[in-house]
Amino acid sequence: MTFVENRAVISGVGQSAIGRKLGRSGWDLGVEAALNAIADAGLTPDDIDGVASYPGPVGAEGGFVGATTHDIRNALGLKSSWYTSGVETAGQIGTLLDACAMVASGRATHVLAFRSVWESTAQAAMGRAKAITGHMTRASGHTAWRLPFGAASAANWIGMYAQRYMHEHGLTREQMGNVAINARRNAALNPNAIFTAPMTMEDYLGARMISWPFGLFDCDIPADGATAIIISRREATAGLRRPPLTIESAGSAMYERHSWDQRNDLTTMAAHDVARAMWAGTSLTAADVDFATLYDGFTYLTLQWIDAFGFAEHGKAGVFMEDLDRFSKDGDFPINTHGGQLSGGRLHGYGFVHEACVQLWGDAGERQITKDVEVAAVGVGGGPEAGCMLLRREG
Amino acid sequence: MTSPPAFRLLPEVTPETEAFWTGGETGELRIYRCRSCRHWFHPPTPACFRCRSREVGPEVASGRATVAAYTVNQHPWFDGFPPPYVVAIVELDDEPGVRLTTNLVDCAIEDVVVGMPVEVVFEHRDDVWLPLFRPVAA
Ligand SMILES: [Zn+2]
Repeated sequence: MTFVENRAVISGVGQSAIGRKLGRSGWDLGVEAALNAIADAGLTPDDIDGVASYPGPVGAEGGFVGATTHDIRNALGLKSSWYTSGVETAGQIGTLLDACAMVASGRATHVLAFRSVWESTAQAAMGRAKAITGHMTRASGHTAWRLPFGAASAANWIGMYAQRYMHEHGLTREQMGNVAINARRNAALNPNAIFTAPMTMEDYLGARMISWPFGLFDCDIPADGATAIIISRREATAGLRRPPLTIESAGSAMYERHSWDQRNDLTTMAAHDVARAMWAGTSLTAADVDFATLYDGFTYLTLQWIDAFGFAEHGKAGVFMEDLDRFSKDGDFPINTHGGQLSGGRLHGYGFVHEACVQLWGDAGERQITKDVEVAAVGVGGGPEAGCMLLRREG
Repeated sequence: MTSPPAFRLLPEVTPETEAFWTGGETGELRIYRCRSCRHWFHPPTPACFRCRSREVGPEVASGRATVAAYTVNQHPWFDGFPPPYVVAIVELDDEPGVRLTTNLVDCAIEDVVVGMPVEVVFEHRDDVWLPLFRPVAA
């Protein structure tokens, strides 16, 4: 009952420069992150025989597609026995999880998995709203059910889930604010974070409304940056730079229709499906988790992951988040020690994997978690998009 | 009647969605229903996701619904569609759990609550009739 028979491990990670309006293409950033991750693993580009990325060449503007799988293959002349990209997958890490199965089954030995965005630079010229809708003449696919009603952004779609959770479970804006304040406090110790000035509850509550119950500080920040993760077959990691990290379990399940408004219980998300699958694949439990990196494209999504993983009883995620001291690097349950996407920048999912690995290797510098950490829960995605992993450092 | 925005990004009309987007021409909210198990479902698909019957198609729903969740949008996403406006998920009275994302109109923002009974009203633009919802008159 182990994930891909315990044959896939994480052997290296890397990031590009991260920031606002770097003036560099997502392709360029993607290459930088890839080379950094390959070197971090102690490999060379010639060792990489598989590539996986999110989302692939989808029709989205505004820097959402920083680099595709073929962009990076072509730039680095990678000879691949297997490669993929995809958007109909388990959150932004869906194809990374597929890569684990591929190395386990022998289709590849060392896979480069990555996500690159350059939304800050690309949207500086056109503005975020135009980036979302400016290129469309008609709304199609799932957006046909939302854009005609002015529901253009995930802030609208996820805002409605948050409102329903408030209605059913008494979640408050202050409790969501704690997610933003935790991210900001932790970001102050991350040299790559974008927003590091302290944030008070007053700042949070006083920010302009985007879509009730979300104000400006409930929403993550468009950024430029790429993240790459090397997935290797366990036997192939002897002699490499780092002790491999075990992927103890993972979740890529979806038990309902893929939808932004038809899920049976509007106070849960696809996060609950993947978390259930992840826990079914391990003898570890929520009590064994030392720290967590939990997606925060919106504050509410971190609370959803707390709810989904069972760190708090269903409906109590807001109450769980109240004692902020617990979630810093010095606390008993650090959350988003890098500042998440809310303050660290919207690296779109992969940043949470990167931070979990860096912490497990003890390489987080000033923000390294004080207590010894062996097990990390990583939850990525929101709404019907979700994938998760339980990572473990051995010995 | 709340005055409609100058602009709405309209939906692409497909074989599956045509009945939904054009039902307003005759004042009908047309929702897919399975002829085998008789469950309603949305959005339209060429098979019933519950019983897998292919005998599915649009039927006229009551047009009555209940607010399940809402958000008050304050950000200008579109030129010609100024905030604030209410986006809501409403649950059809015909079958709980069958939901539409829509706008609430003819209703003060501060009066919107979960559980509020609403009824369909159509806004015609080009080749589509958008189903919006307003409070049921007391
Ligand atoms: Zn049926």
